[in-house]
Amino acid sequence: MPYGRARRPMPDSEHAIIVSALVKDFPGVRAVDGLTFSVARGEIFGLVGPDGAGKTTTMRVLAGVMSPDSGSALIGGCDVVRDPEAVKRRISYMPQRFGLYEDLTVRENIRFYADLFGVRRRERDLRAARLLAACGMSQFQDRLAGKLSGGMKQKLGLVCALIHTPQVLLLDEPTNGVDPVSRREFWAMLYDLVGQGVTIVNSTAYLDEAERCHRVALMHRGRLLFCDQPGRLKQRLPGDVIAVVSPAASQLRDSLGRLPGVGSVLLIGDAVHLFVDDASRRIPEISRALESMRLPFDEVVQITPTIEDLFVNAVSERERAA
Amino acid sequence: MNSTPLDRDGAGAGEVSVAVQDLVKRFGAFTAVDHVTFSTRKGEVFGFLGPNGSGKSTTIRILCGLLRPTSGRAVVAGFDVASDPESVRRRIGYMSQKFSLYNDLTVLENLRFYGGLYGVTGARLSQRINWALRMAGLHGREDSRTATLSGGWKQRLALGCAVLHRPPIVFLDEPTSGVDPLSRRQFWELIQQMAEEGVTVFVSTHYMDEAEYCNRLALLMRGRLIALGAPSELKLGAVQGDLMLLETDSLQRAIEAVRKLPQVRDAAVFGNALHLVVAGAADANQPIRAALAAARAHVLRLEVIRPSLEDAFVALTASAAAAEPIR
Repeated sequence: MPYGRARRPMPDSEHAIIVSALVKDFPGVRAVDGLTFSVARGEIFGLVGPDGAGKTTTMRVLAGVMSPDSGSALIGGCDVVRDPEAVKRRISYMPQRFGLYEDLTVRENIRFYADLFGVRRRERDLRAARLLAACGMSQFQDRLAGKLSGGMKQKLGLVCALIHTPQVLLLDEPTNGVDPVSRREFWAMLYDLVGQGVTIVNSTAYLDEAERCHRVALMHRGRLLFCDQPGRLKQRLPGDVIAVVSPAASQLRDSLGRLPGVGSVLLIGDAVHLFVDDASRRIPEISRALESMRLPFDEVVQITPTIEDLFVNAVSERERAA
Repeated sequence: MNSTPLDRDGAGAGEVSVAVQDLVKRFGAFTAVDHVTFSTRKGEVFGFLGPNGSGKSTTIRILCGLLRPTSGRAVVAGFDVASDPESVRRRIGYMSQKFSLYNDLTVLENLRFYGGLYGVTGARLSQRINWALRMAGLHGREDSRTATLSGGWKQRLALGCAVLHRPPIVFLDEPTSGVDPLSRRQFWELIQQMAEEGVTVFVSTHYMDEAEYCNRLALLMRGRLIALGAPSELKLGAVQGDLMLLETDSLQRAIEAVRKLPQVRDAAVFGNALHLVVAGAADANQPIRAALAAARAHVLRLEVIRPSLEDAFVALTASAAAAEPIR
């Protein structure tokens, strides 16, 4: 039951991945700093954070291509350090630069990976046809991989990674440089896979991608800031967020920042986002204040905070405390 | 300076900084840019969106004076890109986070290099370098090797280099990709300040959170301009009907059930929830609830939500594709 809203604590057999106190050092920097989390079977789990947060290092440890300095990681009950071969049979790993052969065609790349994973021809052809159709690439089978657009290359990478049946799929920033339409197709494929029981760990620097995961770990400087469902993460932001939409948003910013109950103020396109103590009390006050100052605005409305709002708030608080 | 009268394309009041009229660019039989018309005014943050191959980069290369249009006209900072590309290039700045800095050079060396490139010299160069260091928060790190800077600093340094010669127009290509959210917000603050001082900022991006920071957005597809407007306008206008959020204890059963309903035009999984596009929420509410009850999927939440910019982007490109199937 991958989609449960309130998930009960589960016995270990229901966990596809268990990471405890993972540490990885590079000269001069601790890339992963005591990371602990677990991923349930059939879950899409997001490792979310900026460049340098430790996402790629974590993925590499999970894929068994890099050893941790301390701590442990289990995939399907197998230890990535002690039993890397067993781990490799259970996973498929798509690194940021997936090894596509640019001078081979789409079809030839798929055949190459199918041979590598020991997939039988019949199964390979059935699976390739289904995957290519799902990502809208059936008509490009004879195109050289080097001639594909960025989004299509990413999708071909996923097709190759999925030509065998992994229990766990590890995707490192799979949608970098991919346009929103291709991105939706890519995600539709992921949801289809979890429907079949595959567990997916997906890393991204884009906080809006976090919304699509069942659960996310927000990472910053090798550490875990939060780990929860996206909807619940947003409830952790103290206070509310209000948007004031205006044709003259930049002229409103300073006046709005001086109003009572308003914390930080952010100019975003044709709107000003205000972090306030209590939206229901402040919305009428703000509308009245704007009217009395004769400042033009289209609407004042409470909006759902974004994961980025939460991240910025948490990091600023930590830095203030430090 | 430029005194072209304003086109009636929603650019609003203010001096025009970039005017594009019926722009066409063909490569052999392929039309990369297909009669594109728009204009921007001074001080505007203007977003350029579109799927890969939409003509976005070609248009920007034309506006930078790097590529001649096949027909049509583009005037940038008062100069025609076809007849006077040199003057255009001197009046623009270009920044792509990934390619614009020399990692082996120090902060100061990078700034001097770009100063030389743009012909900024002498007292003006030291004054501008000082400005860039202050803007980027890099005073005291002049001699650090660029490779050792964090993403946020690199990005502000790249911006400093791109605007060292005080161009009235700046082009940014996915400027904040991969940067931590705090630095990203600082970066956009700098961009807003530059815009308030009258600089026109072009942002080309795939990322909707970057697009949100723009005053207006142009959406290109297959070389054509298919939408132009403020982010809030595009969100309101793009989705025909209402967008509903459904949270349920069984997404699998729910999606199968609602897809059979005539009232539901589209249903897509979004993490733990579904997004449903319906003709009217009031009419769709009861049938959806009934279908879910029959499928034994409990409704935890069902409400109308505002379309996101991504919803708008996907809906606009889909309706443009439906109106004109691929040739």
